Amino acid sequence: MATPENKLAFDGGWAYDPAPESTDHIRIESRYGLFINGDFVKPESGKYFDTINPANEEKLSRVADANQADVDKAVAAARAAYRGPWGRMKPAERGKYIYRIARIMQERAREFSVIESLDGGKPIRESRDVDVPLAAAHFFYYAGWADKLDYAFPGRKAKPLGVAGQIIPWNFPLLMAAWKIAPALACGNTVVLKPAETTPLTALKLAEAIADAGLPPGVVNIVTGAGATGAAIVEHPDVDKVAFTGSTNVGRMIQKKLAGTNKKYTLELGGKAANIVFADAAIDQAVEGIVNGIFFNQGHVCCAGSRLFVQESVADEVIAKLKDRMETLIVGDPLDKNTDIGAINSSMQLKKIQSYLKIGQSEGATMHQSSCSVPKKGYWCRPTIFTGVSQSSRVVQEEIFGPVLAIQTFRRYDEALVKANNTPYGLSGGVWTDKGSKIFKMTQDLRAGVVWANTFNKFDPTSPFGGYKESGVGREGGLHGLDAYVKLGAR
Amino acid sequence: MALSAVRKSVRFPDLSKVPAVDEVGVDERVARFQTRSIKKASKVEALKLVLSMIDLTTLEGQDTPGKVRQLCQKAIHLHDAMPGLPHVAAVCVYPTMVSVAKEALAGHDINIASVATAFPSGMSTLKVKLDDTRMAVKAGATEIDMVISRGRFLAGDYRYVFDEIVAVKEACGDAHLKVILETGELGTLDKVRKASVLAMHAGADFIKTSTGKIQPAATMQVTLTMLQAIRDFYRDTGKMIGMKPAGGIATSKLAIHYLVMLHETLGNAWMTPERFRFGASSLANDVLMQLMKQSTGVYQSADYFSKD
Amino acid sequence: MASKRIAVAKTYKIYIGGKFPRTESGRYFAHKDKKGNVVANMCRGSRKDFRNAVVAARNAEAGWARASAYLRGQILYRIAEMLEGRREQFIAELVLQGATQKAAEKEVDQSIDRLIYYAGWADKYQQVFSAVNPVSSSHFNFSVLEPTGVVSILAPDNSGLLGLIGNVAPVIAGGNTCVVLASESKPLSAVSFAEVLHASDVPGGVVNILTGFRSELTEQFASHMDVNAVIYCDGSKAVAKSVQTLAADNIKRVIARDRVDWSGDAENPYLIRDTQEVKTTWHPIGS
Repeated sequence: MATPENKLAFDGGWAYDPAPESTDHIRIESRYGLFINGDFVKPESGKYFDTINPANEEKLSRVADANQADVDKAVAAARAAYRGPWGRMKPAERGKYIYRIARIMQERAREFSVIESLDGGKPIRESRDVDVPLAAAHFFYYAGWADKLDYAFPGRKAKPLGVAGQIIPWNFPLLMAAWKIAPALACGNTVVLKPAETTPLTALKLAEAIADAGLPPGVVNIVTGAGATGAAIVEHPDVDKVAFTGSTNVGRMIQKKLAGTNKKYTLELGGKAANIVFADAAIDQAVEGIVNGIFFNQGHVCCAGSRLFVQESVADEVIAKLKDRMETLIVGDPLDKNTDIGAINSSMQLKKIQSYLKIGQSEGATMHQSSCSVPKKGYWCRPTIFTGVSQSSRVVQEEIFGPVLAIQTFRRYDEALVKANNTPYGLSGGVWTDKGSKIFKMTQDLRAGVVWANTFNKFDPTSPFGGYKESGVGREGGLHGLDAYVKLGAR
Repeated sequence: MALSAVRKSVRFPDLSKVPAVDEVGVDERVARFQTRSIKKASKVEALKLVLSMIDLTTLEGQDTPGKVRQLCQKAIHLHDAMPGLPHVAAVCVYPTMVSVAKEALAGHDINIASVATAFPSGMSTLKVKLDDTRMAVKAGATEIDMVISRGRFLAGDYRYVFDEIVAVKEACGDAHLKVILETGELGTLDKVRKASVLAMHAGADFIKTSTGKIQPAATMQVTLTMLQAIRDFYRDTGKMIGMKPAGGIATSKLAIHYLVMLHETLGNAWMTPERFRFGASSLANDVLMQLMKQSTGVYQSADYFSKD
Repeated sequence: MASKRIAVAKTYKIYIGGKFPRTESGRYFAHKDKKGNVVANMCRGSRKDFRNAVVAARNAEAGWARASAYLRGQILYRIAEMLEGRREQFIAELVLQGATQKAAEKEVDQSIDRLIYYAGWADKYQQVFSAVNPVSSSHFNFSVLEPTGVVSILAPDNSGLLGLIGNVAPVIAGGNTCVVLASESKPLSAVSFAEVLHASDVPGGVVNILTGFRSELTEQFASHMDVNAVIYCDGSKAVAKSVQTLAADNIKRVIARDRVDWSGDAENPYLIRDTQEVKTTWHPIGS
């Protein structure tokens, strides 16, 4: 029967039973060494640290803590491989090795997905349907460039840089490893890569795949560790190129550290993207795009649409529909196939998000969360929206990196544009309108590296990704993604 | 002439307020529904709900009283080997078969739906369509499934389409009215959305995707678009309009995807045969097979379930 | 002493629409080895076979053109995998047709690598050859490549496997479908290659392979009004002129590849571009 406010009821009623993804076919070792020169070796310090499952705080494995000596070994192995077999190899043959990695990832896709979800907390549906397929496709795409670089740079001869030191984050562990390793190898470089300390496992499984693919030892080296390990890689004198994805603060430190050296670098940093919904948008699809933009992957996305700008005449409708949609999002066990929003990656990140929830409320904003239940153990945050905020609110200015959306209204195109650009960040932006000319004007006017029109959070190996301003420098993916891993000389 | 109660209660909608629909966005939302994994008790619950929502249908030129009687038999005795099953919501037949169905279903709580208004094409005069409707109602139909005039709609004559629905609603009397949009002929989801709004404002009790006589029949995409129109109408007016996808839903798996979509778009109040139907003929047996599989753990064969 | 096992001889059919029919004409020509022994009775393809093949190619065209570049690349890679799996068979077949062991191995290895080469171009040639055009009015203007449609290919006579693959791969990497006339003097590999295509998730009709006489079929390949482009790789000046003249009736794109060394440096993305059209779109920029 119709309730007075004509509300929809999602509580109670038909509930989905648990649908757990099976884990009995996967293999996680109790302890991993460092993958250097084609083998897993003990760390010089003999030190290891735990990696846990953020959904239940249980230990999954122990991984090595690489120190300076380990990094030296890894870089030396990469250098030897670059001077030796990899550097001398015909490009087409190099490509065939990279194709092998892609094929093995496809063959082992389910194992990769399950381990990704166990280690990082993201729902199995995301790792199965998005992360792993994209990662394999990234290797497949760049494999094809290996012997075609002459066509990528008109008038110039492309040569590799040498040894690439790569540091990746915890939000898309395997995918970020693919984004770094694939183009580097395709262009003839060798690699020393450090996965994030809370999510090392899929990088180590990738190391196994690389070994099985028969790549010459030393071409790819995976060294696990925390900040100190990363610093050792960045500062190593025999690393020619640094690639970093992570926070703007750390990116800034890296850029300072590299000043005065000859090292090339690319940085993919934070963001606070504006998602702009005009009154003439396809409203229901825009609501879905808002949800996709901020809640999936628990909002742990550098290009998340974390600032919503909705045109005032449709604001009430959009927010009401958003709240309804939030009620149907399932927060829970990442390995349950019905989970939409998994665990927050670490207790540290959860604390950070919770502090912003407090900040937002103390700034006078109205906070609304979905009413779903969350498990008792593990790190969880319900999807959250803030209304009653403005440009000067901290929750509007600062990157929260969680499922938290700040909502403002606007009246005119110019207003939305100015506010969207009014940030030191510039990674991505979204625009929702049925009017084509407005899309092309927005994409012309927005100061962001990726503009999503009538969609959001779309990725493809052929599509360049990267930011303006403090969101970073350089692009990953596509033809333009090759720039980062070559030096260009005369033909 | 005094306005009927029906005419007093309807008002032509402002079609400029109907939102655009992005097809790619709809595809993506549908894909998310299709990856929901419904298992164990929630699956059994869903399967039984699906059964209770079926309008068991026969709409063939070759239908005879014998055929319709057998369909009604099946409606009453879905699978006596499995006790405790719900019955289907309705049988759906041509107007000339309604009296046969009425007699065959006497004493059972199963609705008698009749197509009308020169189904499936709708290519006739208003007078013929109203006579068709009244004949079915007089013969005992408790539900009327009408078709809109697609040609008029595509030509932009929305007023005509609206007025026609109002007139048929009047002719229905106490029977409830389902309005078939024939989404396969409308072309785009924008048009489906617009036709849904038109039909609901004109007095439809249910909006229905298709006649099942052309391809494509029901799809999750058009159904989602229509569910979203129903939701907006409910927010604006408080009236709860029902939804019926028809044609092309032959497997339990697909039917459960539809229930997931219904559940996550409109919520609990619509999860009932009062508000949702499946227009299907072979779906029932697939649901029975799945129910049997759930209780025995063994995959079934069609040989063990009666065909009409 | 055990008696010698009798081998089962292969029937060499043609490949149309994902099926292996015999030529509707029922005619054949005998392919002989160096010693003059009959190795196979090849189908002597007819113009009706060609007509049927064009219908199949046209039916498959829309779906193949709309398949994602990624998928086309994956399928080309799969063809390479399948060919690699049959490496020994193809080497033996080339030797049967007169090649030395070394030359046969080289040709098969190059064929596999060439498929991989074009697999890698499928999702890249668009990036290299498209353009966003800086027009002086307030319009977003972009030019993209689109496949021309159905391509008829007169494969090179002197290169029975590599020459055929070197033409087919860039054509289908670019989203076209094709009908190929195999080498007349070395026709066996083409038919075996059809079997490889068949095992590789290539949709039926995307590649159609006929065997037969040049003298009978060249005119068909050049004149059919529902073929969008014709590629020829051999022939005298007279043949070239004849093909060009016949092609003109429906403004067929004519691609001459009669001076190409297929085992040399004959792979590059311009072979893809040859069978692409350019489409330019304008849209206003404004709020």
